[in-house]
Amino acid sequence: MKKEIIISGFGGQGVLSMGKILAYSALMEGREVSWFPAYGPEQRGGTANVSVIISDQRISSPIVSTFDTAIILNQPSLQRFEPSIRPGGILLYDPYGISTPPLRNDIHICRINAMDVAAEMNNVKAFNMIVLGALLKVMPIVTLENVITALRKTLPERHHHLIPLNEDALRKGMEQVTPILNP
Amino acid sequence: MQQQQDTMLLKGNEAIALAAIRCGCDGFFGYPITPQSEILETLCKEKPWETTGMTVLQAESELASINMVYAGGATGKRVMTSSSSPGVALMQEGITYMAGAEIPGVIVNVQRGGPGLGTIQPSQADYFQSTRGGGNGDYEVIVLAPASVQEMADFIGLAFELAFRYRNPALILSDGVIGQMMEKVVLPPQQPRLTEDEIAQRYPWAATGRKAGRSSNIFTSLELNPEVQETHNLHLQEKYARIRRNEVRYEEYMCEDADYLVVAFGSAARMAQKAIEELRQKGIRAGLLRPITLWPFPYECIARLATGVKGILCAEINAGQMLQDIRLAVEGRTPVSHYGRLGGMVPTPEEIEEALIKMTRTLNTNSHE
Repeated sequence: MKKEIIISGFGGQGVLSMGKILAYSALMEGREVSWFPAYGPEQRGGTANVSVIISDQRISSPIVSTFDTAIILNQPSLQRFEPSIRPGGILLYDPYGISTPPLRNDIHICRINAMDVAAEMNNVKAFNMIVLGALLKVMPIVTLENVITALRKTLPERHHHLIPLNEDALRKGMEQVTPILNP
Repeated sequence: MQQQQDTMLLKGNEAIALAAIRCGCDGFFGYPITPQSEILETLCKEKPWETTGMTVLQAESELASINMVYAGGATGKRVMTSSSSPGVALMQEGITYMAGAEIPGVIVNVQRGGPGLGTIQPSQADYFQSTRGGGNGDYEVIVLAPASVQEMADFIGLAFELAFRYRNPALILSDGVIGQMMEKVVLPPQQPRLTEDEIAQRYPWAATGRKAGRSSNIFTSLELNPEVQETHNLHLQEKYARIRRNEVRYEEYMCEDADYLVVAFGSAARMAQKAIEELRQKGIRAGLLRPITLWPFPYECIARLATGVKGILCAEINAGQMLQDIRLAVEGRTPVSHYGRLGGMVPTPEEIEEALIKMTRTLNTNSHE
């Protein structure tokens, strides 16, 4: 088993921390993981992305140019990474930041209205956990329980009271993700 | 369960900081610069001065940092600094003074694109700076090139060990890929810092305060009598020869039956390994040699492997620096090509794969002539 995942969106959406929690959850399941951010003069509102690789075997390159799964949270990311998804792979996106929807018909495309769900929850900061929940549903590579444990381990103790809210967000993401049938 | 607790998910930079504390490091002196700022940040967050008593200081500049390392090392303390390429360029004077005065210390370089202030993205363009003496004079620095977050943690202890064994600066030559990426890592167990008595006993050369019956321990790289300075240089050369004999480290991957050899260090070796996995699937028998010590360089190993392969590809994130050492090792017996990206761009495994396929085609064309 080996999954090469790209998560890409605006800086400030929680892209890097979503990747970290995913990687940490996989680590707790005894897998090999790598997490490599596109670091640079990034800023809130600019583009941020992270490659997460989860494997049963030692990972050679942390940098890859094609992916099994892409989580796309804005238009520039869609343009950049839609062509890099391997045929049969998964594209999970939030239509909120997308003006031109994905066009590929050789991949599985799934939609999560995470921005809307976050607004309903009255908590925009829950956005990335809603997206991660959606991913768990379409690619059950780690268990929800391990994601919760990963949150407990990675969040500073002063934020632990927010874990139930994050769990709620993960569950909402799992419930509301919708596959789009290929034409 | 113990195992579970010790396995962490860390950035390379964080691993450096935590491993330094665990190795009983006495002091860190540094100045922030991307892409290695997490080293100082993590140390400040961990507050080791409250636990092991380790000093952590943000110096006023890189020059101050390296000279603090000079002074700390002279007293037999395990001290270190870290920076990125332009910052390490500033430190070169201090490093050659340390080499001249035989002062141990550890320097970490998390390389970024150059020349000058360059970019903040990953690069390996400081190979020459590290292995060719960025400073003046006939001196060598022990250079370790980690290729994983685990090695970032492991090489801190190793660098201190070698620095003190040979009374010489040791450099960890990393880059923005290994510094910024997160991987699984098991940290070394916590070692206590040496006490003043232990230092005085272990390192009789150290400036620990002169006791009755022993002469002063003086640290200087200045000697006005050239005959004395030549003798000192010969002593250094004898020490470097010992290091060359004893401390060459490298890793071979699928070299046994290889027709083609890729030589790559640090993060480039990770991309090269993936390229080799793909090439093997296509029936091209390629192998990887990863030098772990860039000085001393594994010349003999490359010379040995060169005799069994049709061609060698050097993959680096620079314009061809380690390439020179490979050519020195091969002595013209095997064709050597190079693939690199510059200025902060990182080669993908696919690019290295293509470069190797291109090399095989060129070699086949030439052999048919």
